[in-house]
Amino acid sequence: MSDVVEKTLTALPSLLSLDSQSGKLSSSSKLGNLIRGITELTSKHDEEKLIQRELVSIKEQVSSPNTSMRQMKELMVRAIYCEMLGYEASFSYIHAIKLAQQGTALDKRVGYLAVSLFLNESDELLLLLVNTVLKDLQSTNLIEVCMALTVVGQIFPKDMIPAVLPLVEEKLTHPKEIIRRKAVLALYKFYLIAPNQVQHIHSKFRKALCDKDPGVMSASLHIYFEMVKEKPEGYKDLTGSFVTILKQVVGGKLPIDFNYHSVPAPWLQIQLLRILSLLGKNDRSMSELMYEVLDESLRRAEMNHNITYAILFECVKTIYTIHPKAELLEKAAKCIGNFVLSPKINLKYLGLKALTYVVQQDANLALQHQMTIIECLDHSDLIIKRETLELLFRITNSQNVKVIVEKLLEFLRQSKDDYITIDLGGKMQPDIPNSFLRLLSEGFDSVEENRQLRLLAVESYLSLLQDRPAKLSQRFLQVISWVLGEYSHLKEGLEPVTVLRLLAPLLDLRQSSTETKSWALTAMTKLCDGPACVSVAQELADRHGGSLDTVLRQRLHELQHLAAHPELRTRVLPRNVGLEPLEVDSSLSFLDGFVSEALAAGAAPYKPPHQRQEELAQEKALSVEPYGLSLPLSMSNCSVAERPYPTALSTSSGLSGNSTELSHKGGSGALKLEGVKRVWGKEGYLTQTEAAVPMEEMAQVEADREKQQLASSLFVGLGSLSSTGLCLMGKAEPTPHRFRRRAKGQGSSSGTSERSSPDSGSVPPHVDSAPHLPLDLPANNGAQEDLGEDMSASLIETNGMAVVDPDTYIDLHDPDHVHLISSLPGELSALPRSEITPLCSHASLALSACHVQTDRSALLVVFVANTSDSAARRFVLRMTSGDLEYSLIPSRPSVHMELAGVASYQLPDGEPQSTQFSYTLSLTDFIRPLTVSTEEYGRLWLAFSNDTKQNLRLLSEGPDPLRDTLGLLRDKLQVHIVDIIASEGIVACQLLQGQPCLMHCRVNAGCLAVWLRSSLPELPDCLLYHCQRALAEH
Amino acid sequence: MRFLLLFNRQSKLRLQKWFTAVSEREKRKVIRDMTVLVVGRPPRSCNFIDWRDLKIVYKRWLHHGGPHGPLLLVIPLVAGAGRYASLYFCVGLEEQDNELLGLEVLHRYVELLDKYFGNVCELDIIFNFEKAYHILDEFLMGGEVVETSKTDLALSIEEADVLQEVQWTITY
Repeated sequence: MSDVVEKTLTALPSLLSLDSQSGKLSSSSKLGNLIRGITELTSKHDEEKLIQRELVSIKEQVSSPNTSMRQMKELMVRAIYCEMLGYEASFSYIHAIKLAQQGTALDKRVGYLAVSLFLNESDELLLLLVNTVLKDLQSTNLIEVCMALTVVGQIFPKDMIPAVLPLVEEKLTHPKEIIRRKAVLALYKFYLIAPNQVQHIHSKFRKALCDKDPGVMSASLHIYFEMVKEKPEGYKDLTGSFVTILKQVVGGKLPIDFNYHSVPAPWLQIQLLRILSLLGKNDRSMSELMYEVLDESLRRAEMNHNITYAILFECVKTIYTIHPKAELLEKAAKCIGNFVLSPKINLKYLGLKALTYVVQQDANLALQHQMTIIECLDHSDLIIKRETLELLFRITNSQNVKVIVEKLLEFLRQSKDDYITIDLGGKMQPDIPNSFLRLLSEGFDSVEENRQLRLLAVESYLSLLQDRPAKLSQRFLQVISWVLGEYSHLKEGLEPVTVLRLLAPLLDLRQSSTETKSWALTAMTKLCDGPACVSVAQELADRHGGSLDTVLRQRLHELQHLAAHPELRTRVLPRNVGLEPLEVDSSLSFLDGFVSEALAAGAAPYKPPHQRQEELAQEKALSVEPYGLSLPLSMSNCSVAERPYPTALSTSSGLSGNSTELSHKGGSGALKLEGVKRVWGKEGYLTQTEAAVPMEEMAQVEADREKQQLASSLFVGLGSLSSTGLCLMGKAEPTPHRFRRRAKGQGSSSGTSERSSPDSGSVPPHVDSAPHLPLDLPANNGAQEDLGEDMSASLIETNGMAVVDPDTYIDLHDPDHVHLISSLPGELSALPRSEITPLCSHASLALSACHVQTDRSALLVVFVANTSDSAARRFVLRMTSGDLEYSLIPSRPSVHMELAGVASYQLPDGEPQSTQFSYTLSLTDFIRPLTVSTEEYGRLWLAFSNDTKQNLRLLSEGPDPLRDTLGLLRDKLQVHIVDIIASEGIVACQLLQGQPCLMHCRVNAGCLAVWLRSSLPELPDCLLYHCQRALAEH
Repeated sequence: MRFLLLFNRQSKLRLQKWFTAVSEREKRKVIRDMTVLVVGRPPRSCNFIDWRDLKIVYKRWLHHGGPHGPLLLVIPLVAGAGRYASLYFCVGLEEQDNELLGLEVLHRYVELLDKYFGNVCELDIIFNFEKAYHILDEFLMGGEVVETSKTDLALSIEEADVLQEVQWTITY
């Protein structure tokens, strides 16, 4: 093979020129005739006639048995051309597959090309290609293997992946670089369309990443990018490798022919930068690995070419995404400045985009360029204008909102594009319908005003519906339906049936979505009162009862049923209930009896859809392997229905429903039974019995499982806790849920990166409130480090349990409420801690917190209690602080440190709620004794320059005033008394992460003259304040 | 990357490549919108357009004296509108993609075409569109640029061609 290449390469120039000549000559070919014919025509009508004629002739020839493959190729090219002009040539699809199957080299390639252009990924004809691909993958001809891999990477039926996977995998070790590269890209495609199919070959991806050829390596990065995006914490160990690769590329270690406009492998560089930004996000230690190479990239990319700008842009994005480092941020900001100020319009656009990206972190940057931004607002190019507006939205505040909205409206008046209008409008006020409905339902303080507003809404909506409902937007129609359903009774003299008749046409509107129709039907159900309405309901049921939409049918059925039973309707849909939340039993426990009966009768246990899907995939993976390679050659003739077992073919060609069931029944029954217990059995059990014994047993089992899950991944543990927590919480009064968070510093742009955090950084503030749960704190620390910025968790339902007395939460200072304290994890309960202070309580959520001092850190414990009787979902606690860094380490000492946060959650029937709180920590919480000898003290004293002197009160009651005073300070502030000599004493303490503060005290005229020194400028003053307070309080 | 289109000023489509599954109807709509949007852009505006949730990056190549003239890889500073025919290349990128890089993808593709055809012109692409597709397939796979040395790429295309020629001379 390579001989052939060698020989022919020498003859290449002549051959190529011949080729390109024949290319230009081909204008005399049939395709050429066609193309020329078309260009000579003047009207669209003539073109259509010509193409139709052409298609008829192509059709004739392709189906003729005498057509050679070479002619076939020519015909395919013409068919492709016709399709490109917008004329369908579907008859040729099957012949394209045939050409790929039977043609040789060049013809085959056109066949594959035609297939990839003609067919869609979901096209059933693609199944016929599988065999050809299999054959070519096993071919000894490299070109054929290449073509097969190319087509696999472009278009391949998802269900047939298992059939070719082993062959593609095998190609990863092929001696030829191009084959390996294409194989990797084919796997990338597989990963995109069916990630779980390639789950088991992750180790091979690693091998591809280490491939000696840069082309193969860079191809594997596409897969890694996707995988890292999915789950960054799984690939942290590769950060070092990615950094090394990038270093080598940037340093010009690649062969020179990877250069593009003398920039080494720019695509590879950018891909690596994107992966790094994913890995370094919210991860300080990973980010630290990257700083050097990012700096290098910024420095190297100085050439004046688009491709270097592309790299710079990506670099800037990465720098702003990962854990910040002041020096790099400065450089990146400068870079953005260059973009924004560039006379080249493309760069200006990117500059604005970058500004938009970083403005939330660094609003000053936008201020620096405000003049340019204002110029861009009046730019002649609408795209630039739009990007500028986008930037302005990010910096909108109460002062500038008016100006910005004016600019926006000005822009919208010029713009004709609906999509942009909606997009921008949506950004300004994403939630108009919801806010409006809230206003209507919650109303003003005055009842009369409420009534008037509602009446006005009803009247205007009625007239809108009478006019032309078809042109109203879906969302608006939904609002109208709801308002009419709730409030149309306010309008006197309005018969419900009139409203019903107005709403009914919404069901007939072609453009109405199912959602809108459901809203309309629900509104009708609310209104349905009296015999006239019943007949309307009947009418509707007759007309739409045959609808294919099950949701719609369900609603219709409800309407019909409730219309016939008014007393039931008033119970189900009471009028004027306003905001009282409805109780929803989301565990469906009322169905337990039904389920257990059905199970006893031998019904198949319920499986959630994702489990079914997985099993189906496994089933296929198993069944395909033996048959995959021996699929009949001409698949067009094989009869699918006759196969008694689910082969890959039958499962994927419309019979999938049957084969799924087969696999269920034939599958591993024992395993599924277990699954059933988990989903149904437990909760049913719980609601039926009040006995304590089984609950304890259950709790034991659950606790064991709990441990494992917590150890493996905290995040997963959270999810399962919410579903299994019922029995654990059975006896507990509060309904808290446990989770942990790290407090994250906001204002960490300067100075933070220089200060590497000592061990104390690894113990995050730790939030806990679930009683009875064993907690293994050290073991979980590692897992916690990987958690993202916000975590969601479901608050546990109290359904079926002791009702919570809301008074319990009003005064949490009350020492009687030991349950909160007792719920502190064992490791923490022995440590000194502050009082539990309520943070906030909002609707049905009560937050309280305390902080615990350990030797090396301060921990914040937040107690969360759900006082409502339904589960709150999507609970997110987000904390920010200007003064504290990760893990409650003060970035800058001050007397008090403020910690602010937002808790948001959602009740099953309600809007997302959120509430803000703040928590104050005193400096003394971070002071720890510093044990030093007198000599060391002397050395340190001289090394520090920041000092403060002051006279303090001396406790003069006792025999030894100095000793007493220092003793008090030691007890209250946790300082260490180094030595006391006569009337002088020296004291040492340190801030959590190790900045010491020294205090020299001398008794002087009934006062204590203290002199404080520290390496931090603020520390002496702050500490002095606390000393004063401690003595004053005495 | 979602798609790559190639069309001329008269909105005649010359090449289309879809990297994700798109229905025929949707394809037609995209092509219609693209030709209208891109051809309608005033000169000297930026090469990026927001369209639905996608970023469109386009580049216009001029060529001398009608479709027979070679594409100009470097656009002359004073481009008299009447003297040059134009060919538009455009790609649809996703929100997080790098626009400048998209622009360079187009640029590199034209370079490859130029290298293969030698002073590529619109007619080359019209009459040999299947070759243009083959080159594109080697260059972009699954919507991602295959980072490979330029000679590698050219070789793999030429290798295939040479082999075919050889085969052809043997068979006929």
